[in-house]
Amino acid sequence: MASETMEHQSNNELWGGGKSPFGASYGKLMMWYFLLSDAFTFAGFLIAYGALRFSVPSWPLPDFVFRLFPFAGHTVLPLIFVTFMTFVLLFSSYTMVRAVQEGHRENKNGVVFWMFLTVLGGAAFLGCQAWEWTTLIKKENMSLTQNPFGRHTTDGVYIDKSYEDVHGHGHEGHDDHGGGKDHHSMNNDTHYGLLTGGGGGSMEFKKGDSYLLHKVPAMDAEGHEILDEHGQPVMEWYKRKFKFKDPKTGKEEMSQEELGPKAFGGLFFFITGFHGFHVLSGVVFLIIVMLNVMSGIYEKRKNGYEMVEKIGLYWHFVDLVWVFVFLVFYLL
Amino acid sequence: MSNLTYEQSKSIALKTILLLAAITVVEVAIALVGKGYIGGHDFTTTFIGAAVIGLVMAALSFYKAIKIIFEFMHMSYEIKGLYMSVLLPTLLLVWAIIAFLYEGNYWNDSRQKLKMKHESSIEYVEPAKDILKDDTYLM
Repeated sequence: MASETMEHQSNNELWGGGKSPFGASYGKLMMWYFLLSDAFTFAGFLIAYGALRFSVPSWPLPDFVFRLFPFAGHTVLPLIFVTFMTFVLLFSSYTMVRAVQEGHRENKNGVVFWMFLTVLGGAAFLGCQAWEWTTLIKKENMSLTQNPFGRHTTDGVYIDKSYEDVHGHGHEGHDDHGGGKDHHSMNNDTHYGLLTGGGGGSMEFKKGDSYLLHKVPAMDAEGHEILDEHGQPVMEWYKRKFKFKDPKTGKEEMSQEELGPKAFGGLFFFITGFHGFHVLSGVVFLIIVMLNVMSGIYEKRKNGYEMVEKIGLYWHFVDLVWVFVFLVFYLL
Repeated sequence: MSNLTYEQSKSIALKTILLLAAITVVEVAIALVGKGYIGGHDFTTTFIGAAVIGLVMAALSFYKAIKIIFEFMHMSYEIKGLYMSVLLPTLLLVWAIIAFLYEGNYWNDSRQKLKMKHESSIEYVEPAKDILKDDTYLM
């Protein structure tokens, strides 16, 4: 109630000076300045990602990290799922524009309809992100401090078999949806050398090839699984050993796969999480404004549903940030 | 506000969203062709190839951002003072990006230098021994 009274006053006196600065209402201008400050926050995070990425010799290849699709098993579909997520968010941005336009011509039902579609789009995006995170955390053991995705910095030859070659895909348990082709068969007929993921049958690899470390039950000397106090198997990383020729000395040397750059997990979960939190709060505010539209509050104000326009600015900003998150995390 | 009719602004919104979707498809296509998933030739192995692909994708994303700000967020229908006061401060980011990426690269160089210094100051040790020591699961 109080805010409604204030809005009326400021509209009547146009900010008290008789003429509104920049020809915009107080609320709209402040929304723009909030978004400007938020843009700097996101820019800070993304620039930190860039600086840390440049500070290490190798960085996980996004096309390899983000290659899975729901219900498609192990089929290698680089970037297809995030592209789908981008379309969901773009579409919800369009429905928001439509809601604002219906607001300008005081069409209450139109505003509610298009806002409802926007809420659905936002919720769908959050669902996609939940799947993406669950896959990375539960299936691929990525965490804030541990990153199983790495890339080779030299050419070389593996001297032991990949975990898949020894045990099949059993380590991923019963949540394996099967279905599509696994990446072994993809390897044979297409250029997927970059995407072998430590498996794929081939023992040779090239500089820049990606691998994914798996967690396997730890074994004692007699080959029995080691159990913790709860009777659960203790898990450890399965790191393949390989030979490579030292470029400087020309000598053949031994090494093994290691966890990828540590900062990757923290940056990924923090930045996409911060964006996801913006989407979540956007959905909450959209629902509140939509309920207010239905109740007829904004109709009485006769200002072309300006509140819808303001929440619309925020929603487009979320889409705008995603353009850059998409560029920095997935495309480059 | 704008002087556009309802029908005009409706068609502008539709055109903008189709353009944004098309640019997104082009960006993903560039990413996949550039790394060789389509066509089979990895262009990112050379510095020039990686830089050109990166810059093209960054430029396309920037164009998408402009479209979202000026059409979806209606910035092109606001008065000049408003959009200057919002957009000019973001120019500061240009220097922030250059400076921090340069700095990140410097960290990498320093790390490599330290590693080489460390390697040249110690006796050559067969690295295989160290690794095979904790090799429990193969035994």
